Amino acid sequence: MKIGVCIKSTPDTSSRIQINPGGDDLSEAGVKWATSPYDMFAIEEAVQTKEATGGEVILFSASHQDTSKEVRKALALGPDSAVCIQDDGLAKADSLSFATSLAKAIEAEGCTLVFTGKRASDGNNIQVPAMVAELLGWPHVSFVTDFELDGESFKAVRAVGGGVEEVITGNLPVVITAERGLNSPRYAKLPMIVKAKKKPLATKSLADLGLTADDVAPIVTLSNYEPPAERGDCIILEGDAATTAKELVRRLREEAKVL
Amino acid sequence: MSGILVLAAHAGGTFKRTATELLGKGKELADSLGVPLFAAVLGDAPAADLGQFGASKVFVVGGDFSSYDTLHVTAALKAAVDASGATVLLAPSDFTGADAMPRLTARFRTGQATECTDLRVEGGRVVGRRPTNGGKVSADVHVSKDPAIFTVRPSSFGQPAAGGGAAEVVAVALDFAGSGLTLVESRKPETTAVDLTEAERIVSGGRSLKSKESFDSVIRPLSDALNATTGASRAAVDAHFAGHDEQVGETGKTVNPVLYIACGISGQVQHLGGMRTSKVIVAINKDPEAPIFKHATYGIVDDLFDVVPALTAEVKAALS
Ligand SMILES: Cc1cc2nc3c(=O)[nH]c(=O)nc-3n(C[C@H](O)[C@H](O)[C@H](O)COP(=O)(O)OP(=O)(O)OC[C@H]3O[C@@H](n4cnc5c(N)ncnc54)[C@H](O)[C@@H]3O)c2cc1C
Ligand SMILES: Nc1ncnc2c1ncn2[C@@H]1O[C@H](COP(=O)(O)O)[C@@H](O)[C@H]1O
Repeated sequence: MKIGVCIKSTPDTSSRIQINPGGDDLSEAGVKWATSPYDMFAIEEAVQTKEATGGEVILFSASHQDTSKEVRKALALGPDSAVCIQDDGLAKADSLSFATSLAKAIEAEGCTLVFTGKRASDGNNIQVPAMVAELLGWPHVSFVTDFELDGESFKAVRAVGGGVEEVITGNLPVVITAERGLNSPRYAKLPMIVKAKKKPLATKSLADLGLTADDVAPIVTLSNYEPPAERGDCIILEGDAATTAKELVRRLREEAKVL
Repeated sequence: MSGILVLAAHAGGTFKRTATELLGKGKELADSLGVPLFAAVLGDAPAADLGQFGASKVFVVGGDFSSYDTLHVTAALKAAVDASGATVLLAPSDFTGADAMPRLTARFRTGQATECTDLRVEGGRVVGRRPTNGGKVSADVHVSKDPAIFTVRPSSFGQPAAGGGAAEVVAVALDFAGSGLTLVESRKPETTAVDLTEAERIVSGGRSLKSKESFDSVIRPLSDALNATTGASRAAVDAHFAGHDEQVGETGKTVNPVLYIACGISGQVQHLGGMRTSKVIVAINKDPEAPIFKHATYGIVDDLFDVVPALTAEVKAALS
């Protein structure tokens, strides 16, 4: 069985986000790239599934940039090989553009189970996994906190909000999106890092996947980037706990009108 | 044909606040575009009532939607959009918004803007505004194809006043063969609260609580008194003071309440990413230099173990 994992290289979450002059783009200069946090749960679950049931794990990444550095790092966590889709045609890609290219590559490799993160830390779109599933004609299960595979059947627990969890069963193929709590991602040890250097990593263009620039032409565009609106100065309430508590309730009711 | 279609979410026949909120905003946008406002309802709910909030027609997809099935919901929404001829679809950014909406977007080969906090009309099209990169920036989102799909964070807009008559109800036929997935069990927590992403009030605690016991005895009572949902920083979740689904932040939930009370939370950028758009932020922290104060509306520089219980008592007295 071939298990796919979609991983996106995104700016490290502690990095500062800089807006390009004109405001219609974010700067890529000096950004420290890393695999998006939720994707780490996806990689771990794929590797654990392989360890339990056999098969191989293939990483997929799509970008206009070279993501091989982050992908190599991810290979050290246990996956067997990687496909990096890299093409200038993805420079302005929207979710459907990425999903179109990922779905093609996943199909070409013959995967029947795909793990992804719940949401990427750059655009926070929560779109690509469900789109990949739709384009492949597979079902998907979102926000999964527990996953088990038994032959061709799976059981997944999804977090639907408000602390409610639903247990879903079905048969492969399926796309699973990883929620926190799914597992505890392992850290790469030196021998794994050394071994990862020799693992196959294929770089593919859109043409290699049988796609043209038109197939991935973006429909969604962003403009007018701004830092978050500044709040007015914080009003510090003075006095002992009883006084500040009373004053806060008064202000929340009379001034902010939220109680 | 054109029009704005609002997904009017309901729980067992009672419309959610997001339904009226989105109809209110949808009406404003529809008037400015000079197009009609429609609503879509899945399953059994008093659809005609939505006329009070400006919907001229309500497209009702019949069937049993009491247990959620991604492919069933996607097919139903596709049918409602097709039947209405709407060029814009507005939906709340709840679980359905996150799970089915992108699937629908791909089915239409169109575009979607997720978790918008504002919508406006520009150049004859609806444009969304939304935070990205964990709230470190915001941007306008343009969708160049129809139907253009927008999911909206609950509480982004006010509630409209009711008025006007009943809407015309249009039954939408749906031929759905089943998804192949089975919902075998639904596990509900002992106490159900509104989900963080939909909560209007949130009380969050951080690492400073020191133990699950004090988190439960200090934070949760304030939360209960305010009829709020409880949240936590990642440090508190990692230390098992609170559950995974209670984490607020860049790798937790993105919340947009009217009131957010952060107790003993420093306000690191990854936490701020999840709660920055809250209308009123209260910070209780003993360190006056804590970054959270730069983002708060009201601050109390003191020991939370003194302030929070006092606040709980005050709130109880005020709301009783
Ligand atoms: C990739 C990545 C993703 C992350 N995602 C998230 C996320 O989604 N959500 C999140 O929250 N964090 C996230 N973090 C972690 C984040 O960087 C911080 O470590 C975390 O938010 C800190 O939690 P805290 O504020 O509870 O703890 P601390 O930063 O330790 O702050 C504790 C605060 O409590 C105050 N305090 C202590 N005792 C008292 C008292 N008795 N009374 C009053 N105040 C007191 C202190 O002054 C201090 O300000 C992420 C980090 C990384 C690297
Ligand atoms: N360009 C990409 N390359 C590989 N995986 C991606 C890409 N974009 C999104 N994904 C996957 O889809 C998940 C959700 O991303 P998003 O829909 O952008 O929030 C991510 O966590 C990844 O697993």
